[in-house]
Amino acid sequence: MSEEDRHFSAELAVIGTGLAGFAASIFALKRNIKTAQVGNTGAVAYTTGYLDLLGSLAPDYLASIEDPWQGIEQLRDSHPRHPLCRIPKDDIFTAFEQFTSFLGKCGIAYTPPGEFNVSGLTPAGTLKPTLCVPATMQVGSAAFSQKEPCVIIDFKGLKGFSSRQVVANLKDRWPKLSSKRVEFPDMVSGEIYPEVMARSLEVPATREKLAKILASAAGDVKVIGLPAILGMHAPDLVREELEQLTGLQIFEIPTMPPSVPGIRLREMFEQLFPQKGVTLIPQQKVDRLVFIENGAQLSLNDSFGPISIHAKSVILATGRFLSGGLKAGVDGVSEPLLKLPVTQPDSRREWYREKYTDRRGHAVNSAGIEVDSSFRPLDNHGRPYSKNLFAAGVILAHQDWIRGRCGAGVAIATAYKAVEEVEKLLK
Amino acid sequence: MTQKQKRQTVETDVLIIGGGVTGAGIMRDLAFRGLQTLLIDRKDLCAGASGGNHGLLHSGSRYISSDLHSAIECREESTILKHVASQCIEETGGLFVAVEGDDPGFAENFAALCQPAGIACNPISIDDAKKLEPLLSDKLFKAYKVPDATVDPFRLALLNVAHARMINSSSFRPHTELLHFTLKDGKIESATCRDNQTNSILTIYANQYVNACGAWAMNIAQLAGCKDVNLLYSKGTLLVSHDRLTTHVVNRLRPPGDGDILVPGGTVSVLGTTSIRVDDLITVKPTVAEIDINVREGTAMIPALAKARYIRAFSGVRPLLQSAGGSDDREATRGFALLDHSTQNLSNFCTITGGKLTTYRLMAEKTSDLVAGRLNNSEPCQTHVTPLPDEESCKWTEPGASPKYWYKANDPEDMILCECEMVPQSAIDEIVKDAPGAEKEMTLKAIALRSRAGKGPCQGSFCGIRIASYLYDQGHYHDKTGLIHMRDFFNERFKGTRTVTWGLQAAQMELAEALHCGLLGLDNLENN
Ligand SMILES: Cc1cc2nc3c(=O)[nH]c(=O)nc-3n(C[C@H](O)[C@H](O)[C@H](O)COP(=O)(O)OP(=O)(O)OC[C@H]3O[C@@H](n4cnc5c(N)ncnc54)[C@H](O)[C@@H]3O)c2cc1C
Ligand SMILES: Cc1cc2nc3c(=O)[nH]c(=O)nc-3n(C[C@H](O)[C@H](O)[C@H](O)COP(=O)(O)OP(=O)(O)OC[C@H]3O[C@@H](n4cnc5c(N)ncnc54)[C@H](O)[C@@H]3O)c2cc1C
Repeated sequence: MSEEDRHFSAELAVIGTGLAGFAASIFALKRNIKTAQVGNTGAVAYTTGYLDLLGSLAPDYLASIEDPWQGIEQLRDSHPRHPLCRIPKDDIFTAFEQFTSFLGKCGIAYTPPGEFNVSGLTPAGTLKPTLCVPATMQVGSAAFSQKEPCVIIDFKGLKGFSSRQVVANLKDRWPKLSSKRVEFPDMVSGEIYPEVMARSLEVPATREKLAKILASAAGDVKVIGLPAILGMHAPDLVREELEQLTGLQIFEIPTMPPSVPGIRLREMFEQLFPQKGVTLIPQQKVDRLVFIENGAQLSLNDSFGPISIHAKSVILATGRFLSGGLKAGVDGVSEPLLKLPVTQPDSRREWYREKYTDRRGHAVNSAGIEVDSSFRPLDNHGRPYSKNLFAAGVILAHQDWIRGRCGAGVAIATAYKAVEEVEKLLK
Repeated sequence: MTQKQKRQTVETDVLIIGGGVTGAGIMRDLAFRGLQTLLIDRKDLCAGASGGNHGLLHSGSRYISSDLHSAIECREESTILKHVASQCIEETGGLFVAVEGDDPGFAENFAALCQPAGIACNPISIDDAKKLEPLLSDKLFKAYKVPDATVDPFRLALLNVAHARMINSSSFRPHTELLHFTLKDGKIESATCRDNQTNSILTIYANQYVNACGAWAMNIAQLAGCKDVNLLYSKGTLLVSHDRLTTHVVNRLRPPGDGDILVPGGTVSVLGTTSIRVDDLITVKPTVAEIDINVREGTAMIPALAKARYIRAFSGVRPLLQSAGGSDDREATRGFALLDHSTQNLSNFCTITGGKLTTYRLMAEKTSDLVAGRLNNSEPCQTHVTPLPDEESCKWTEPGASPKYWYKANDPEDMILCECEMVPQSAIDEIVKDAPGAEKEMTLKAIALRSRAGKGPCQGSFCGIRIASYLYDQGHYHDKTGLIHMRDFFNERFKGTRTVTWGLQAAQMELAEALHCGLLGLDNLENN
């Protein structure tokens, strides 16, 4: 294998291929910033496809909130340092708009951001407040609010998704909901996997066979819900065609990970970014990041050897423990790439509350790095680490995206802000 | 749930209170003698020390310096159990090792101390010790081999109960808590219990009442007005590593102290223990400080423990019989006490407490002798000679066994629900149908206790969801209570993971929380 040394240069290097990293590249494209992006597989493959802005409020995270915009106002009083409170609401709105319309143009349609949260259905039959949903899931939220007669369908061999479970938990609020089990075409015995089902639905013949099965399972009912398996690259087309073939309204419900809607996003970005001029190096980790005169040098290695990137600016969007942006050690939480200081509880004793599902959340989940008003990470002296470095996403301190139901919100809004600051720097 | 409390009455020859290994052992012993029993536990089998211990089948050598009598008892009982309950035991063998800083005098003298107890204790060279266990410290200066082994207390308790059920339809009722006794004419007339799942009240009439409540024995005795059970409590904390680090049990060759035993168990190792006096039995859970002490101390024997990945920690309470006194709880007697309460003017009540997992059979025998005698039953004990038969529904607690059964059955329709431990749907079916304590709407906690589900690196975060959805699917769960069972199961597992969540486990935890709370909303069920 050749040991050629590959070198790229860019105006912006985005580190991380989670929602924040992808959003940053999209916003940079929009501003004609020449971008290189590197990232390992991360939480995107787990994500449901729902884009949450803010679904629940600190400090007690009591009831779900209906109006996330007003929720942000309340958050400003209780948690002024929450990343969502440091960005104008108009900018957050624009960020969601740009992000979802970009996805739509690339073949995965989303509902645009609205004034209120919608109820996303979950595989447990619970409801999740979220802002934007993939078009494939939209009918479900609407059918729920209209209480339309509906059949949830599951598949023999697909574990972790039981239509009886969905119905059992929604029945009190959705009396005309029922369940049905069917066999997936050509996969009638043994275990079957969402990803494989989704890819097989890219084939017209499979769609035709499935349409027959769905039509007969629906009986007189006109709306059906399925686990999220409607194709990998053109889910909207798959759904439309199934609707035409069956005469039914069809929607998806997210499954447990690995989740097809998350994989869809990842594969779409991996396919389209290079075409649009982003230098994307997926499935790789940046080993070293050093700042030099007027920029930074990133080093990494893939199976063909070393790669280096010179960039005038960097956005760090490396996520938390799951993605490796933060490391939890016996002695504390650290940021491995630059050794940035991490705001965190004084000792490991305070990381977790006694009760797992405590609504107030666990202290360690609000640990993270500090940034200045331009979203530049701070060093040990409270000064920007470098004028060329910015940060975005859930690596930031003072937010608990899990309890706040604000994962995509933090990622997309802060990426928008960081790219805006990058543009200012480059000018 | 209905507010109305249904009253129910049950009669039995003997009521055994406390479903640890001791209670389960008594149940089987009495069944052999033709006596019908009802075993109850406020939670479930092995909810106390029997589910919170090290799983070491003591050869006796551990107690050789502090308690010769207990050492001999352990040697005798471990030998019997290796014959009659071999399916619950792995004959790993044990090592005692001294490292730099340990008392050389104690180390030299060890074999001589073991001899009067009849324990086979043989010195081996440092080289040989390191060949047996490559992860041992380079600072080793003395090593012995002893016949230690490991035992699965869950399987042991389950099999005892299953066998008693088979012999004479003796039965076990989980989540049945003793609230009070009704006394009459120097006897207990009845026991009033609450079903903690339905909140209904149950009155049990028995001829004899056995208190096998371990650390809770003093509370139970007091409910019968007995003042002769005086216990202090010592809490021990242990942690479970992701991998099995040694093939043998490894003991530190010094008088018992913190973090000085590493016990393998199937695919993992268990490091422990600490010993801390506690005042009550309510807040028994691992603390970060105890974890750190165990790891620090354990590292002296096995340096790899410093960098090991831990998946869970747990605590148990040792009841200390107060008469034993002494300043160090570890030096207090590890013997057991059987009290017939005749001095308390009761002729049909007894208490068995203290002791060890290793001596549970002997404790059961002595208790059964007393109870049977009081009922004029002179059938002899059989538990030391009759092997414990296997039972289909109890086989799922054995580490590494599920994959074996699953491959053998080779049924592609039988899907794996717990991927870490390879627990298939058929295991869940069997447990829900047949396992001791099985019932219609079984909690995930109860199912996990009867299988390996949730014991692997993901600690149930995935299989909890899959098993719940399977149970919905099969019609066992039919409303929101299924979600509550799921939430309770995750909360329970968290008690074990919260102190050992760092490194890879922190990533695991983040994923789990994202799923359970972020997606499914289990932190907000009340408002969903
Ligand atoms: C199970 C699950 C369900 C979710 N469901 C939802 C949902 O319904 N709605 C919602 O809004 N959000 C959801 N999320 C959250 C969402 O997917 C993102 O996790 C969140 O928005 C944070 O995005 P991020 O980009 O900041 O971090 P991440 O998504 O964690 O991405 C960080 C990226 O950085 C990369 N990285 C780390 N270190 C390096 C390095 N040294 N070099 C290069 N790359 C590196 C990682 O590989 C990863 O690609 C869910 C998450 C999970 C895990
Ligand atoms: C940290 C630690 C490590 C140990 N390591 C070992 C070892 O390696 N080897 C060994 O041989 N021994 C060991 N032991 C000792 C061993 O675990 C115990 O001796 C043994 O498990 C005691 O069993 P038991 O049935 O007597 O009591 P328990 O197992 O404690 O059972 C008592 C039961 O009573 C129930 N109960 C309490 N109150 C009520 C009520 N009101 N109504 C109904 N039920 C009630 C409880 O729920 C509980 O299940 C260890 C102990 C500890 C604490």
